[in-house]
Amino acid sequence: MGSRASTLLREEEIEEIKKETGFSHSQITRLYSRFTSLDKGENGTLSREDFQRIPELAINPLGDRIINAFFPEGEDQVNFRGFMRTLAHFRPIEDNEKNKDPIASEPLNSRSNKLLFAFRLYDLDRDDKISRDELLQVLRMMVGVNISDEQLGSIADRTIQEADQNGDNSISFNEFIKVGNFLIFCIFGNMNYYLT
Amino acid sequence: MSVHALRKSASSSFVFVGIGLPIEASAPAYQSHGTEGSHLTNITNTKKAFPVLAVNYEHVRKPFEIALWILLALLMKLGFHLIPRLSAVVPESCLLIVVGLLVGGLIKVIGEEPPVLDSQLFFLCLLPPIILDAGYFLPIRPFTENVGTILVFAVIGTLWNAFFMGGLLYALCQIESVGLSGVDLLACLLFGSIVSAVDPVAVLAVFEEIHINELVHILVFGESLLNDAVTVVLYNLFEEFSKVGTVTVLDVFLGVVCFFVVSLGGVLVGAIYGFLAAFTSRFTSHTRVIEPLFVFLYSYMAYLSSEMFHLSGIMALIACGVVMRPYVEANISHKSYTTIKYFLKMWSSVSETLIFIFLGVSTVAGPHAWNWTFVITTVILCLVSRVLGVIGLTFIINKFRIVKLTKKDQFIVAYGGLRGAIAFSLGYLLSNSHQMRNLFLTAIITVIFFTVFVQGMTIRPLVELLAVKKKKESKPSINEEIHTEFLDHLLTGVEGVCGHYGHYHWKEKLNRFNKTYVKRWLIAGENFKEPELIAFYRKMELKQAIMMVESGQLPSVLPSTISMQNIQPRAIPRVSKKREEEIRRILRANLQNNKQKMRSRSYSRHTLFDADEEDNVSEVRLRKTKMEMERRMSHYLTVPANRESPRPGVRRVRFESDNQVFSADSFPTVHFEQPSPPSTPDAVSLEEEVPKRPSLRADIEGPRGNASDNHQGELDYQRLARCLSDPGPNKDKEDDDPFMSC
Repeated sequence: MGSRASTLLREEEIEEIKKETGFSHSQITRLYSRFTSLDKGENGTLSREDFQRIPELAINPLGDRIINAFFPEGEDQVNFRGFMRTLAHFRPIEDNEKNKDPIASEPLNSRSNKLLFAFRLYDLDRDDKISRDELLQVLRMMVGVNISDEQLGSIADRTIQEADQNGDNSISFNEFIKVGNFLIFCIFGNMNYYLT
Repeated sequence: MSVHALRKSASSSFVFVGIGLPIEASAPAYQSHGTEGSHLTNITNTKKAFPVLAVNYEHVRKPFEIALWILLALLMKLGFHLIPRLSAVVPESCLLIVVGLLVGGLIKVIGEEPPVLDSQLFFLCLLPPIILDAGYFLPIRPFTENVGTILVFAVIGTLWNAFFMGGLLYALCQIESVGLSGVDLLACLLFGSIVSAVDPVAVLAVFEEIHINELVHILVFGESLLNDAVTVVLYNLFEEFSKVGTVTVLDVFLGVVCFFVVSLGGVLVGAIYGFLAAFTSRFTSHTRVIEPLFVFLYSYMAYLSSEMFHLSGIMALIACGVVMRPYVEANISHKSYTTIKYFLKMWSSVSETLIFIFLGVSTVAGPHAWNWTFVITTVILCLVSRVLGVIGLTFIINKFRIVKLTKKDQFIVAYGGLRGAIAFSLGYLLSNSHQMRNLFLTAIITVIFFTVFVQGMTIRPLVELLAVKKKKESKPSINEEIHTEFLDHLLTGVEGVCGHYGHYHWKEKLNRFNKTYVKRWLIAGENFKEPELIAFYRKMELKQAIMMVESGQLPSVLPSTISMQNIQPRAIPRVSKKREEEIRRILRANLQNNKQKMRSRSYSRHTLFDADEEDNVSEVRLRKTKMEMERRMSHYLTVPANRESPRPGVRRVRFESDNQVFSADSFPTVHFEQPSPPSTPDAVSLEEEVPKRPSLRADIEGPRGNASDNHQGELDYQRLARCLSDPGPNKDKEDDDPFMSC
């Protein structure tokens, strides 16, 4: 797999990915070899089954959601670029300080993009609101099967009440930021340290 | 600290010197027990008038003096807080030392020998409560996230301090003009190792009052706790070496091995006792009253056991507290939890007070040998080595940290490296064969005074000046819990995708192991299956419900504990479904008005009531949420005639009747009179367990409410206080609910 990795990934591609995501050269090659090891069909893309084969995702309560996050709208396959693009959200926070270019879009690992990523994991129907049902689904996944629906319902209600400020009985992105804000900064950045 | 070193000072026992009361002592009553014969002979020989009133001081001398000292200490503490300006400017530790100086001076004037802070007393009685309090309420998450940094500061930082200071002082002593050429390198290194360790008692005392942000707090505080192992090893090493006089490579190697043994061994001993305590608490459902004792005794045994083996007692205590806490709190009752919390805070508060007073007294008492150069250099070197150490280590550490330490953080970490009573006690333990003992003691005391007075007093204005980030006040929020757990799962999953076994992967593995194997054994009944989120939620609602019952918002016919758990069979009276829904609605309604911030972590010793600014709850928003709530309530309310139940879907609701219950203005405000600005340490807050009301006011911000509000608040507070603190004879039987952590 090692030699395959380096021959199949061209330098220009690496450069492009580097520019788009901010990963370093070694990180990209390392992740590429991981990509190819996951790609059982050897067709350069990953399908949902490839992800589901990862043992850690199988036992993870949010496994399905995480897998979905890798696949763009409506598609069933993700190539390496898409793979890296999603993973770029987990690099340490960069708020476009170094690159003052106004034309360049915000880096994927900026604060707001990270928060948006997390928000979208809750908000499946992409209506920019976390409704009570969506919250219930997430809670159900995290809590398991032993808890009754009513209890989960009351937890969901309370969660929404705590966060909701405009009274629409759902959590909008701004409300989400206010409530979960400080957590995300601390936690979201730590992972990349290991991706060297 | 090692008790084996204490054996050398076996002669010193609990020496509490009497204050020389002139006493009229008759034959002590207890001496004549069982000796009828002598009694008779007494009577036949000298017929005295039967003593109606006699004074027998010797009989009660020891306990009397101990109680008197403690009383004095506490009265002093009380006194400080009655003087408003003083406690704002001067940290309590300084004031207590001054009091100690005065008392010591007084004793000396009388002609008695002032008692010195006896090391055995210190290490066996005064220090453990403080450490246990710190360890039991240690905030785990920040601690584990920063444990690498903390360890680097604790181990390498202390080593650097010790050697830097020892070395330079030795170099100083070589200079002829100082007149200390008799001091050899090992003695200097020994001195360096004593004075280099940051002291947890002093750090706690000062940092309590400045409310610095969590990161810096946990760094300094964690360092002060974890450097105990290093101190133990260095102290013993250099003591042994200075007796022998030479050091070989083997000795150094053994020293390093010893360090690992001491620290890991201490942690292991603590963990064992922690598991024992957790296991014991599983069976205490029928004897709730003694639950707190188990916690205290197991922890103390852990401390003593590790001291017995010359391991690090402090680390054992910390490990014990940390290990047993989650399981014990799942098992014990609400009242036991409260008892544990308040006893720990009480003891640690008393201990700290006594320690500082005794430091003052010992200063007056102790033999002093003053050498200007040595002492001044010591003080300067302490500062310099601390600053250099912090800067250097941070430079290295920042390469590995995600959240880097800023210059301001570094400054506070360096400036907050206070020395305290541990250094003094270690110095006091030095056997008299050290010719430099008195000099060392003097220097140590000077350093302590300098750090506590100068650094302690100036750190608060400096924090303000530098605009260092303060602690974020946040109440326990279900949102935070959910998002934290969510992100944990997310990051574990992504680590899995990347094929990397990192921080989150191992944390997840530990959690799973904990859930499947450990909890089963250590948690009583069926509770071990309860997911953490549910437990958290239940506890939050319980807290709120209790508070609302006490304040009269919920009808008191309800049982005071409300079960939200449907999966466990419990023998408490069940509420009908509808009632339960109603209660939940009311609780949530209360939550709407309850956006007050509250200190969520109670690891501060002086858990105090922080009269924060109230949220500006706008009238409009309030009305909207009321409408929302009314709409929901209308679905579930059955009975109450006095409550308006509009038809479902109708949004117009009456506010008049509801205003009594829900509006922010008429909430019984719980109001504390505060003579001084918010950071009054030691005001152990009964409100800690319950979310505060929105209309809380602080005196210093100018009363925005009216007098009647406050009065009502006072009454309610008293009622609340009584209910929460009074165990009540009958309530114990019903109180089966395992309690919550704060």
